[in-house]
Amino acid sequence: MAEKRTYEVIFIIDPDVAENEVMQLSEGVQKIITSQGGSITKTEMMGKRQLAYEINHKRNGTYVLLEVEGSGAEIAEVERRMRVNDQILRYMTIRVDEMRRRADKLKDRRARKAAKKPASGKAIKAVAQTEPEEEESVA
Amino acid sequence: MSSNYEDRDRDRDFGFEREYDRTMPRGPRRMMRRKICRFCIEKVDLIDFKDVKLLSSYVPERGKILPRRISGVCAAHQRMLAEAIKRARNIALLPYAAD
Repeated sequence: MAEKRTYEVIFIIDPDVAENEVMQLSEGVQKIITSQGGSITKTEMMGKRQLAYEINHKRNGTYVLLEVEGSGAEIAEVERRMRVNDQILRYMTIRVDEMRRRADKLKDRRARKAAKKPASGKAIKAVAQTEPEEEESVA
Repeated sequence: MSSNYEDRDRDRDFGFEREYDRTMPRGPRRMMRRKICRFCIEKVDLIDFKDVKLLSSYVPERGKILPRRISGVCAAHQRMLAEAIKRARNIALLPYAAD
């Protein structure tokens, strides 16, 4: 649990909640996170939009997106609080640091491949065959 | 770790075409245009579940995920796409089932 993780927390607030209350709610959520030792790196109010399907007989909802850095304990706490809050129709947390690392790796690999040879059917195959050995020698 | 995912996918595609050719003479001759993955061309490494405009182009009317045999998306990107669509469904950005 020592390493830092990045999460995206997205939640939908009841459309009947007044605008200033929406701000309060989102600030409340952020306060829970910071009090648990997490830090908020990005806040995005995605605004009111139509839901693709009804949730609690509501057709609209206000979306709020937070990007959180922390150990994971604050996520557990904030999810627990959101579950009991009737004003929050739905929430979802996604761990993004691993996804981003994977994307970087793909980008890296592509850059290396492009540097080796300009694309042509046979050339690519030849590169693919020699690649494993080269990777081992690098490692 | 031995080979690149793009290379693996290329091999699989060859196999598919060979099989298709064997059955070709039977039916009426259909034009088979080679489909290419648009995510590979655009060099997309990450498909965001919040990008509703992009995702909805792979979700037809009924709300199902468009199979890659129709869209031409490569296996690796189809996996990313499917995951993003499922996440978008969870948070009501996309429908589980329409009408």
